[in-house]
Amino acid sequence: MAKTLYDKIWDAHVVHEADDGTCLLYIDRHLVHEVTSPQAFEGLRMSGRTVRAPEKTIAVPDHNVPTTLDRANAATMTEDSRVQVDALDSNAKEFGIHYYPVSDVRQGIVHIVGPEQGWTLPGMTVVCGDSHTATHGAFGSLAHGIGTSEVEHVLATQTLIQKKSKNMKVEITGHLRPGVTAKDITMAVIGATGTAGGTGYVIEYCGTAIEDLSMEGRMTVCNMAIEGGARAGLIAPDEKTFAYCMGRPHAPKGAAWEAALAYWKTLSTDEGAHFDKVLTIAGEDIAPLVTWGTSPEDVLPITAVVPSPEDYTGGKVDAVRRSIAYMGLEAGQKLSDVTIDTVFIGSCTNGRIEDLREVAAIMKGKKVKDGLRAMVVPGSGLVRAQAEEEGIADILIEAGFEWRMAGCSMCLAMNPDQLKPEERCISTSNRNFEGRQGRGGRTHLASPAMAAAAAITGRLTDVRELD
Amino acid sequence: MEKFTTLEGVAAPMPLVNIDTDMIIPKQFLKTIKRTGLGKNLFDEMRFDADGNEIEDFVLNMAAYRDAKILVAGDNFGCGSSREHAPWALADFGIRCVISTSFADIFFNNCFKNGILPIVLPQSEVDKLMDDAQRGANAVVTVDLESQTIKGPDGGTISFDVEPFRKHCLLNGLDDIGLTMQKAASIDAFEAQYETAAPWI
Repeated sequence: MAKTLYDKIWDAHVVHEADDGTCLLYIDRHLVHEVTSPQAFEGLRMSGRTVRAPEKTIAVPDHNVPTTLDRANAATMTEDSRVQVDALDSNAKEFGIHYYPVSDVRQGIVHIVGPEQGWTLPGMTVVCGDSHTATHGAFGSLAHGIGTSEVEHVLATQTLIQKKSKNMKVEITGHLRPGVTAKDITMAVIGATGTAGGTGYVIEYCGTAIEDLSMEGRMTVCNMAIEGGARAGLIAPDEKTFAYCMGRPHAPKGAAWEAALAYWKTLSTDEGAHFDKVLTIAGEDIAPLVTWGTSPEDVLPITAVVPSPEDYTGGKVDAVRRSIAYMGLEAGQKLSDVTIDTVFIGSCTNGRIEDLREVAAIMKGKKVKDGLRAMVVPGSGLVRAQAEEEGIADILIEAGFEWRMAGCSMCLAMNPDQLKPEERCISTSNRNFEGRQGRGGRTHLASPAMAAAAAITGRLTDVRELD
Repeated sequence: MEKFTTLEGVAAPMPLVNIDTDMIIPKQFLKTIKRTGLGKNLFDEMRFDADGNEIEDFVLNMAAYRDAKILVAGDNFGCGSSREHAPWALADFGIRCVISTSFADIFFNNCFKNGILPIVLPQSEVDKLMDDAQRGANAVVTVDLESQTIKGPDGGTISFDVEPFRKHCLLNGLDDIGLTMQKAASIDAFEAQYETAAPWI
């Protein structure tokens, strides 16, 4: 029978299947960070269990860590953050798992470190106690977020109890127009499906506009599959994928590489395979997008106006009314008239080298508008180092950006990088929920290019209209 | 895990759609290394103002709903972050059942690991329960997992679906890890063949 890519990866990892279809799925890579793991390690200790496959378990602190240059000074972290990071330090040591401490240049956001170090490879199952684990699907690996109880389950058994999701195909045909990026693709898809449109599905993204993307762009697309409710997003591996993986520290070498490659080349959806749901979007129809509300589905082209609650039906009417009030906007207001206070460039969605190149290309010779706070937080220490080597850091610093150390930072504001009430931010991150970037803070999600454009003008700006 | 058999209690209405896990438990409370004690911060930024005073018109601050054990919520409850702190906070507050037309996948899974029953019902039935819940302290609802029924305050009964395996685990308070450990031989066998088939893993 013709199989989808998801079917193939799933079938290759079933350890046991019960009569009702509940499966025990083998997990190839378990990524761990400091916020969702302490209770899981504590659970192991209390029941006298160990980590079954420490060699497949990789930990890195990212959510809490300060991104200021003086962060080696412990006083830059609050007491409770320090307790969590210290707990990860000691759990990594006690259970013998791979670990990149804050002091290691390879430290960064777990979803950036995994691919960078070659832990993430095509055809794998990858889990992490973090919903943006979907990122790794860009390699054609089945990757999704899990809760802390499941973290403990994977630590103890290297498996997960799962029921298979349905297959959904999202095809982006044609090619993107200038000024439109991977971030706009993924936001356009969420705008089309809504935040629950993917619930119960694993999405395979395909089509020429997806094939055109670099690995960095593909990671951006898959990263936000979860914002559409999908368990995971996948992209079939191709020559770009193989080239990205080759030579990474934990990628196979020599004969093992050849064997892996032969297998990876089988990882695509068979002709005629069944999808339960299909969405097709023409790449040419996607404009640079921004969010106006407090849900990632509140997406509109930058040329649009703030909608009115009456444009909606059902429960969304009240939700839109609440969002508009929270965001301090008015129905009918042009999005390009909305002024901002803060620019945040970073996160597991857009904290990779290509994102920083995109920003630098726009900022070269330009300045961040007076009075704005603008921050670039590279996704890992290695992204930071590469950006410095390429001269990107100099351009960004010269333009007026703060050049920070790696971490999750203002994407979820668990560290000191936060918005104040009613501060408005254009952010390359993934969630615009109420309070996400700080209590009362207002978030507009957009691509790095759009964030750079806004940094120059001080308002939401169509990047295509910059000189 | 605490068993879930029957639950009788006041149902609180939260008709807002897309209630995300950042709303259920904001990030400043994730800096804990324990599972307990989060109930006091449940829905913190909706429940308390910046000075920590209760916001009067938030449902769980109203006299009738302060001891609610059930939530009747708008579509796509629990979307966003995978944080299991969300069900921990609900359980710690005393909420053991959430009823909606739909739930986000990870939150839905996390509930079952913490003795919380998430129930998916069609819009018309959620609407009816939402109306019932709006009757305040009189809105006592009984959820019976064994018979998969919800009894409303007017005596009417609604049936719901639940996966048999999950039902079995909830009814008996079973620990998933213990169950999986019983299949250790299958895992060993899988790993043995896997090491030959995919040595690069």
